[in-house]
Amino acid sequence: MTSVAPQKSKSGFDFSNYSRNHFLDGKGLGGFTATSTGTTIVGLIYKDGIVLGADTRATEGPIVADKNCEKIHYISDNIRCCGAGTAADTEFVTALISSNMQLHALHTGRKPRVVTAMTMLKQRLFQYQGHIGAALVLGGYDATGPQLFTVAPHGSTDKLPYVTMGSGSLAAMAVFESGWHKDMEQKEAVDLVVAAISSGIFNDLGSGSNVDVCIIKKDSTEMLRNYVMPNERAKKEQKYGFAKGTTRFTKEHIYSMIQKEDVFEVGSTAPTPAPLPAAAAGAGGEETMDTS
Amino acid sequence: MNYLPGQTWSSQPAQHHHQFASASYNTDPSAHTSQPIVTGTSVIAIRFKDGVMMATDTLASYGSLARFMDIKRIEKVGENTILGASGDMSDWQYVQHTLDKLMLREQNENDGHILSPSQIYAYLARVMYNRRSKMDPIWNSFVLAGVDPKDGSPFLGYVDLLGTTYSASTIATGFGLHLAQPLLRKAVEGREDQIEEEEAKRILEECMKVLFYRDARSLNRFVIATVTKEGSKISEPYSVPTSWGFAEMLRGYGPQTQ
Amino acid sequence: MLGLQPGSSTVVPTSAPVGHRFEPYDSNGGSIAAVCGKDFCIIASDTRQSTGYSIQTRYKPKVFRLNDKATLATNGFAADAEAMVSRIRQRLEWYRHSHGRSMPLHAIARMISTILYGKRFFPYYVYNILGGLDEEGKGAVYSFDPVGSYEREFCRAAGAAQSLIQPFLDNQIMFKNQHSTPEHTVPKPGEMSLPDVLKIVMDSFTSATERHIEVGDGLEMFVVRTPPSAQGEAIGAASVDLKAMGGVEAVGGEDEQEEGAVMVIRRELKKD
Repeated sequence: MTSVAPQKSKSGFDFSNYSRNHFLDGKGLGGFTATSTGTTIVGLIYKDGIVLGADTRATEGPIVADKNCEKIHYISDNIRCCGAGTAADTEFVTALISSNMQLHALHTGRKPRVVTAMTMLKQRLFQYQGHIGAALVLGGYDATGPQLFTVAPHGSTDKLPYVTMGSGSLAAMAVFESGWHKDMEQKEAVDLVVAAISSGIFNDLGSGSNVDVCIIKKDSTEMLRNYVMPNERAKKEQKYGFAKGTTRFTKEHIYSMIQKEDVFEVGSTAPTPAPLPAAAAGAGGEETMDTS
Repeated sequence: MNYLPGQTWSSQPAQHHHQFASASYNTDPSAHTSQPIVTGTSVIAIRFKDGVMMATDTLASYGSLARFMDIKRIEKVGENTILGASGDMSDWQYVQHTLDKLMLREQNENDGHILSPSQIYAYLARVMYNRRSKMDPIWNSFVLAGVDPKDGSPFLGYVDLLGTTYSASTIATGFGLHLAQPLLRKAVEGREDQIEEEEAKRILEECMKVLFYRDARSLNRFVIATVTKEGSKISEPYSVPTSWGFAEMLRGYGPQTQ
Repeated sequence: MLGLQPGSSTVVPTSAPVGHRFEPYDSNGGSIAAVCGKDFCIIASDTRQSTGYSIQTRYKPKVFRLNDKATLATNGFAADAEAMVSRIRQRLEWYRHSHGRSMPLHAIARMISTILYGKRFFPYYVYNILGGLDEEGKGAVYSFDPVGSYEREFCRAAGAAQSLIQPFLDNQIMFKNQHSTPEHTVPKPGEMSLPDVLKIVMDSFTSATERHIEVGDGLEMFVVRTPPSAQGEAIGAASVDLKAMGGVEAVGGEDEQEEGAVMVIRRELKKD
């Protein structure tokens, strides 16, 4: 491996950090990793609008980092975006585009369009050449009708009537390919999205836990958080409490957290406290704290 | 090259190799290397009420070239067993030859005993594991299916180039593990003893259609093989109707409307 | 194939040459654990076999009964595990034929060690835990690394969720980081009753299923103990009615197999 000093790029892109990371990697100091959400996310167009779906598992390698995370992100009232890939990237890129969409809507005085969000997302992701690891399913209903896109980490987009993304995309797409048809009824569409996400949950190790669904129609957006919960944990065999004193300690210090203060209004005398009901009064007029 | 988990061959034949012949990664003469050249894609198989059923398409690819369109990837091994192969087609034909010899040897014994599906499977699994242990693998994933002629019990087993084995009521290899297996599990798991032959056929046809839609190395021309306690049969190749009507409404990939 | 890095003037190779060397190993996920008591041993595993992000099968046993007093749990590369178990079984059969009795546990442990070290430079990629009863009838657990280093212990977890299960067993079975107080005395390790250990094992695996993607589908717990019928009056682990807990009799092919010497208890685990 030959490394080179960073050079000013003529294209306007700045990749000096690439060389820096490559250098650090060679010294054994590299390995910047991020939480990746092995995921199943889907979307489809039906008769009256869009249905989006997502599982709720977030992973760090083979470990489940979050059993019930939200992967359907808010863009605007009529647009939502499912995120797969690096969790931080999906969260920040959707939050940023959501913000810019609101400014854009305020500026133009019109209801935001899905193509606008799609264009903003693809331009940003392309600028970062895939280093923003976000794979998105973008859906919404605007002046031009129901709109559904996928945005890949390098910035390419697809416009299709039914789409899937993430590590469970094949499991989910198989369900769509055998079940989707044009102009589905809402119940049919939601059931198919649930089946597609469930297919990812039960067949792809990167996906799991619950099904989130979002229905976007002409004048309404319905976020159905944890629409199906097929993986609730069974009761444990026993409780694992520890008797007081089980954990040893070297030092004990009890801080007095209660401060008694008398506050006087300037130029007046101390107010006489209202008599407490007998039951609520502390023993011998002691200070009491509600620790419930 | 993009390898999916469970995918043991690639879409590119290995010609590019030669230009790196002098590279340091392969100087050990005792280390065999191998790579698939002409490949077959998924095998899918399920259990049903009366036995087992299996499907493969008839394509053998040369990298991304659809090279041979009428290749047999399911063969009978004796009367009660069938074997489906994905991966390298020359290795597959070698295995057929090996099993033919085995079955002939057994028949010549003339001792009234015929190998059951699970016995053939055990043999094949040992062959596969031994070759991987010699670092000279047989580059295939196999699904072996059959019905024991003695007690009528169905058998469905998987073995691949690493010697990894497992049994299940639904099995899929290669791309089918990702695309077809979820559909098969949904349709079959827990209903193995209720599914009639007709329904089993419909389930496999649906999966072959989905694979044709989404596996770029597949073909809408396939065979379905069935084993019951009456014996085994392999269908003639046929196709299923597909629909591409959704494409009518598509315009571009972004803001385009015309 | 050589990749040109954007913004750099010289060539930096970024990917290995097209094509690759054959990789003879795989990792098939899952986890195993074993805990012993005074007169019993529990050897458990989940039943999922996976590769990458795909489930190959939801039921493939990883625990194998070797004889009435020895059970082996395997984890790592499934093909190696299977080859190894069949070699061990063959050696145990030869032993029976030449000595007229089953090989004792400590001898099986040493034999497994030598079999593993015999492939030191092309190892069986398998983590083994051997559980059963020693020659005094006491519960025993032996754990191995893939090249044959081994030791006798009270409890051991291995496999994908080792890092989740072992600290829990250390705390709940070995009572690590627990100290006696005037009101409450921490018990000694290795004296817990069979039902109590079973509860801890079950909770270990349901918890590992929650937090490790490769663990799930099914749980199989083998219980090795002196069979109830062998004693006049059933005491200790032998008096526990495992059939009431969904215990199934283990299938054994050996002549001296005693009814109830090894029992299997099966439970469902989450399938996501």
